Amino acid sequence: MIWWAPILLFQISQALDLPAVEKNPFTSPADVSAGKRLYAGRCGGCHGPTGDGGKGANLGVPVLPRAADDRTLYRVIRYGLTETEMPGTYLTQRELWQVVAFVRTLGQVERGPVTGDAARGEELLRGKGGCLQCHSIGMEGSQMAPPLTEIGSRRGPGHLRGKLLDPASDMPDQYRMVELATKDGKKFNGIRLNEDTWSIQARDFSGKPHTFEKQDLTELRVVRRTPMPSYRERLDGREIDDVVAYLSGLRSNP
Amino acid sequence: MKISIFLALAIGALPLPSQVAHESILKGATESGDWLTYSGNYSAHRHSPLKQIDESNAPRLKPAWAYQTNSMQRFETTPLVSGGVMYISEPPSHVTALDARTGRPLWKYRRVIPDDIRVCCGAVNRGVALLGDLIFIGTVDAHLVALSAKTGVVQWDVSVANYKGGYSITGAPLAVKDKIVVGVSGGEYGVRGLLDAYDAKTGKRAWRFWTIPGPGEKGNETWKGDSWKSGSAATWVTGAYDPDTNLLYWGTGNPGPDWNGDVREGDNLYSDCLLALDADTGTLKWYFQFTPHDVHDWDATEVPVLVEGEVRGRKRKLVVFPNRNAFYYVLDRTTGEFILGKPYAKQTWAKGLDDKGRPIRLPGTFPTVEGTKVWPAVAGANNWYSPSYSPSTGLLYVSVREAGSVYFIGEAEFKEGERFDGGGFRSVPGEDESGAVRAFNPVNGQLAWEYRLFSPPWAGLLSTAGGLVFGGTNEGQFFALGAKTGKLLWRFQAGGAARSNPMSYLSGGKQYIAMTMGSSLYAFGVE
Repeated sequence: MIWWAPILLFQISQALDLPAVEKNPFTSPADVSAGKRLYAGRCGGCHGPTGDGGKGANLGVPVLPRAADDRTLYRVIRYGLTETEMPGTYLTQRELWQVVAFVRTLGQVERGPVTGDAARGEELLRGKGGCLQCHSIGMEGSQMAPPLTEIGSRRGPGHLRGKLLDPASDMPDQYRMVELATKDGKKFNGIRLNEDTWSIQARDFSGKPHTFEKQDLTELRVVRRTPMPSYRERLDGREIDDVVAYLSGLRSNP
Repeated sequence: MKISIFLALAIGALPLPSQVAHESILKGATESGDWLTYSGNYSAHRHSPLKQIDESNAPRLKPAWAYQTNSMQRFETTPLVSGGVMYISEPPSHVTALDARTGRPLWKYRRVIPDDIRVCCGAVNRGVALLGDLIFIGTVDAHLVALSAKTGVVQWDVSVANYKGGYSITGAPLAVKDKIVVGVSGGEYGVRGLLDAYDAKTGKRAWRFWTIPGPGEKGNETWKGDSWKSGSAATWVTGAYDPDTNLLYWGTGNPGPDWNGDVREGDNLYSDCLLALDADTGTLKWYFQFTPHDVHDWDATEVPVLVEGEVRGRKRKLVVFPNRNAFYYVLDRTTGEFILGKPYAKQTWAKGLDDKGRPIRLPGTFPTVEGTKVWPAVAGANNWYSPSYSPSTGLLYVSVREAGSVYFIGEAEFKEGERFDGGGFRSVPGEDESGAVRAFNPVNGQLAWEYRLFSPPWAGLLSTAGGLVFGGTNEGQFFALGAKTGKLLWRFQAGGAARSNPMSYLSGGKQYIAMTMGSSLYAFGVE
């Protein structure tokens, strides 16, 4: 046998280690509960015990961007995602499916009644609300805050309403504000993109990325509080309903 | 199917593997430039006596070569070097021999791993052992395999334990005299922990020490009912050895289940212990338990470091231990007597230690259904990666993790071969975790200096006689600090997180520093 053939075979056998079924065969309440236990010890450390995210992605969404179907989710849990910190996991096939079953329950976003007027909501979002000064929808708007393009797929109306009224309730790590001053007297405000022991990367309000060496700084503050204002005073109850109605309709797969 | 592949038999002028005798390992990392055992020497100093690379030329360090592993798992190996050949393990349980000067492969051993292995935290491996003309690797399917150092061909292959029962091997074996000592993983599967020694030539088991005493044995009474059977106390990190006392010093892991202690009331011996075992027989000479009845997964599977020091006017043979539970311990390594213990990182679980070294626990620190916030984090203030001791500076260098966790208790029903952890954890919302390289006086635990890191590290340290300390970051940098001062001298962005330990060797008369970063192994040198 030529020397590399066994390596190739080995890799193919790994790549084929996927269940032949498309649908999860283990979805009984007992499976979900077994999946929950496996999840708590293995996944919850990064994804949070209720899947609300942390170091790992928020799993409490109806459509997981990288694992829309069960088989893909199975594969992600089994092999990880090379481009992220998500590691592969050795579990039996049954256990993997049980984790899949439990993770799917996390994404059941409540679909409470949407009473507002979406068209008026869109007007408010673009006008009085000023939302696109920081957020984006498609190509439009700013990159300072999380994009809203598919927000209706990811967040239920109750969550959206909560964020409009009390935006400080949680703040994604990747959108932290940074305020810094350089030794030559420049001030900079922006969104932190990345940081390590010696440098920091940040985006300014025009969207341009910058790198600063920490040794060149006299001040560096990474701010946890969100710059998003509360809309409790800015919009009345009906207007909030309208904006929620519009945002809920922003879906990837309408 | 086990496969060995020859790559370069005919390239010519290749270095030839030499016989490695126990006596050579006893000398430790010497000026010959070999690195023959996981921690460099039996005292686990991870110190290189080489000094071609020093404070003056360290800023000119450059990568000489890189070798990439074809794996998505973490690359945690410490290379061994003998006679110009570097032996590395690759995830999950592969071995590759490289020419230490060029990084080009000489042979490869590729093991096919069953699909249903049980590994809690990645199918990884931390390195091989070397004795005579054999290379030894523990595998994730819980075998110990001996390979020819010349060809990589399997010489013998024995099952240490049944992987279907939750056992695996991820740590580097330790060659002592004519035996290969190997520990097991499985702390999240309710295995009964063990430490084994095998005859290096034949693979025949010489002795076994069960880390949980059976019925009728002393210590079994520290487990409620049958809970000892699934009590874990794995042995997954390579220990140290003292030829004078002929004792092995080996740490044990968490009791199982990790976070639900209700099903295993008692101190749970010998979980979270440092064991001192007779190297010939495996007989327990003494033990010291750091965290009795642990409910936070604070394995004592850190690397024990053997140093000599003066305690209250008397020269003592010591073993020092920066524990995952955030306390730093100094013990007499002949008797196991507790000499000193104090926090070296943030901790909120103990008021302190009593005069025997037993922690005085604070109330309200056990995991709960709602979650209990405790420092240190589940990964601890230190972990499996190595500290370093420099005889030149007399300092102990430790990669310290500053972080907490929220700990949850969960159901704990034992089924053989299934995950048995009884809860979970998460990072503390809103906490800015950080890390540091800290230099301590090993005898009194006093801090000499500190170099702050952005995030809690997952990589060990190497000190050298050139006055340097090498370490790595999660953000992909490999760096050198002044060993006396902690001043940064050099850093390199290697493109992948540091998840192993640096080492140093000579090849062609030239000093290199080797370290895995991401999925690459780098050798650095100065022009």
